[in-house]
Amino acid sequence: MLRPDLEIIRQWIPENARVLDLGCGSGSLLENLAKTRNVQGYGLEIDQSNIAACFERGVNVIEQDIDQGLGNIRDKRFDYVVMTQALQAIHRPDLVLSEMLRVGREAIITFPNFGHWRIRAYLGLKGRMPVSTSLPYQWYDTPNIHLCTVRDFETHCTKNGFCILQREVVDRHHQSGPLTRLLPNLFGEVALYRVTR
Amino acid sequence: MPETIPADSVGLIKPQTMHFDQPLELECGRALASCDLVYETYGQLNAARSNAVLICHALSGHHHAAGYHSMDDKRPGWWDNCIGPGKAIDTNRFFVVSINNIGGCHGSTGPSSINPESGQPWGPDFPMVTVKDWVNSQARLADRLGIKRWAAVIGGSLGGMQAMQWAIDYPDRVAHAGVIASAPKLSAQNIAFNEVARQAILTDPNFHGGRYYLHDTYPRQGLILARMVGHITYLSDDAMRAKFGRDLRSGRFHFGFDVEFQVESYLRHQGETFSRNFDANTYLLMTKALDYYDPARYFDNSLVKALEATTCKFLVISFTTDWRFSPSRSEEIVNALVEVGRDVSYAEIDTDKGHDAFLVKIPEYLKLFGAYMHRVANEAETH
Repeated sequence: MLRPDLEIIRQWIPENARVLDLGCGSGSLLENLAKTRNVQGYGLEIDQSNIAACFERGVNVIEQDIDQGLGNIRDKRFDYVVMTQALQAIHRPDLVLSEMLRVGREAIITFPNFGHWRIRAYLGLKGRMPVSTSLPYQWYDTPNIHLCTVRDFETHCTKNGFCILQREVVDRHHQSGPLTRLLPNLFGEVALYRVTR
Repeated sequence: MPETIPADSVGLIKPQTMHFDQPLELECGRALASCDLVYETYGQLNAARSNAVLICHALSGHHHAAGYHSMDDKRPGWWDNCIGPGKAIDTNRFFVVSINNIGGCHGSTGPSSINPESGQPWGPDFPMVTVKDWVNSQARLADRLGIKRWAAVIGGSLGGMQAMQWAIDYPDRVAHAGVIASAPKLSAQNIAFNEVARQAILTDPNFHGGRYYLHDTYPRQGLILARMVGHITYLSDDAMRAKFGRDLRSGRFHFGFDVEFQVESYLRHQGETFSRNFDANTYLLMTKALDYYDPARYFDNSLVKALEATTCKFLVISFTTDWRFSPSRSEEIVNALVEVGRDVSYAEIDTDKGHDAFLVKIPEYLKLFGAYMHRVANEAETH
């Protein structure tokens, strides 16, 4: 079974697409895409236990730090460049986003929405950096150094001329409901976007 | 000197020899009328003949990659860390073939073999052999062994170049190519180091134009120097610092040119040992094979074009402190493979062991290598 957010992404990707997955983890999305969509993909990853898992399941994985850029890949080499739940952990999300749209026709990005009401309440009422099941770290050891909200992301896209082709904002169970649709920045916990330039 | 054979060893191994009477056409334009290839095998070939793995050796390597030749052996084969029951190249699942390349000095036809035309050792008359020639000769051995397609062709350093050449020249006969601590061609600096090594041998008074066999001697000093300079490039600065630092053999300066620093003693020892066991003409040939290697040369100097003919899947591994073939050299291969859309996986192992790391028992390396080979074995068993 694919993680629910990955299942949403899977449905966005057509047959035979060429896919690059930034921070591909243990390769489950790429493996699934290869089986169900005949996708030829590559994952970039820096964690060697994840790399071993990709090796084992036959997913193409390349040890490469996204923060060092994608300069080794030519323009529009891929149809889709995917980055799930990693935007908030990279040094320069803005540069990586524009790199994604350089090497791919479209980019698919997911991130935890820092604008969710529970996070706002945590900070507003407790006066402390939010800790939750989706953001389980303390301020001092968190890898999440560039958290953003749904509104931040969309403002960034507008400012840079990125066109949002598809958006799905879901709750912690990866379900969308009337509230997440009406006030995504307040009720969405995970945001998924398909953008192009 | 194993008292008993370790459980994860392939055990006592007897090398075999295959004789070929068909002339082997060489890249240099000459041909070898006949030749012998010495090889070892470990594990069992399955009924479908789909589980064979070819091991290609590096500059000073040979066919003896795993196990022991006798209970008196001080050490097992050169890649025993990676080949054996339960190891990365698991001999419970794979049939492993390891060859001594032609031009070598461990039994396969080379400069120290007798030239049938003259009845004398070949010496300098032995034709120049290249990576492409080796791959062709290995393919002939595969034919004789009844192996139509290798589950994997794997090698480190110069061995990795052979694996890549297999993928280019025999795309239908390789399922996976393992290219470890290698490069798509030598840099000027790499060639420069090789040239220093060659000059050390060529200028040794005992070299006798390569016909030292007839003078019952060999260019010992030249070989020692060649190996010493080579060995420096196999180790990293970090590894040398950790192993020797500035340690002195006797704890004080002697203000002379005898061995004082431990690193000097180590290099001399390495050189001495090597000079007793390796043929100088073979060393010259192997370094030239390295220098000449450049598959892109036949494809408008484009590695991307060279790799277009390949169909196999690739595993590429590099080591952080390898400065002979640095990770960026491996990444050239990876980038070209991504460009042509080949299946490729790449890992860069963090280690202080330098170029030699591919031979060393490094847990992260063996884990990743093993994970990849596990999948290769699964594929081989279902095909």
